[in-house]
Amino acid sequence: MSTVEIMAIILGGLTIGSALMVVVSPHPIRSVLFLVVTFFLISANYVMLNAQFLAIVNVIVYTGAIMVLFLFVLMLLNLSKDNEPKTSGLMKIGAAVAGGSLFVVLFAALKDATFGAIEHSDNSIGLVEQLGLLLFNKYVLPFEISSILFISAMVGAVLLSKKENQVID
Amino acid sequence: MEGVILNNGVSLQFYIVLATIIFCIGVLGVIIRRNAIIILMCVELMLNAVNILMVAFSNYHGKGDAQIFVFFIMVVAAAEAAVGLSILVLLYRNSKTVDVGLFNKLKN
Repeated sequence: MSTVEIMAIILGGLTIGSALMVVVSPHPIRSVLFLVVTFFLISANYVMLNAQFLAIVNVIVYTGAIMVLFLFVLMLLNLSKDNEPKTSGLMKIGAAVAGGSLFVVLFAALKDATFGAIEHSDNSIGLVEQLGLLLFNKYVLPFEISSILFISAMVGAVLLSKKENQVID
Repeated sequence: MEGVILNNGVSLQFYIVLATIIFCIGVLGVIIRRNAIIILMCVELMLNAVNILMVAFSNYHGKGDAQIFVFFIMVVAAAEAAVGLSILVLLYRNSKTVDVGLFNKLKN
């Protein structure tokens, strides 16, 4: 086993471990912080896969923007371990069985999949120049449509949180 | 683990199994937790599992197209987080809880 394989296995194990801690940890704040760790480790996986620009974007967008938003809302709502809703033991066992069997089915389906050998190309596909050329030539229309999605999401978020006297009863 | 070796010397099957495990952990979290914010976080975890798979196959094919789709997944995830969290803040303001088991106003 080569050094890079050992590194990949250690990185993958750490990623799986911190992802499990997100689910298992009883404290919501600790859950969010473990998710931040998971996203950093996923970025490290991207670097291993020669997607350097994507790794940086992942750190900026996910850990920098989305997770800070989650942490902000969690602290705004003042949730702690005491008022964390509890799941019953039977429900936990059922969820573990459901998740485990989903993994078994997916793994059994993917185990025998064969992939033809493709001759390796250069390592520069993950750099900003190649991705920029692709994004602004082939995928320029989805890029523009995603800006419409963003503006509608922004308008929706502002409208939802603006009105003070909305009561759901 | 045998199989196709990617550019970096690790097999493609390793990343497929890794993404599958992370996706299943996300599914497990959605089922097991009752805090709505944690459920949203587990959905993000599932999206990231797909992103790992996309990047692994982008490396395998030697094309950047899959990495562009990862950008679009990130766009959708950011929009979803913004709208979902604002809905959650609104729900908390009305019912003073984020327990999804108690959101049953539409039931009867």
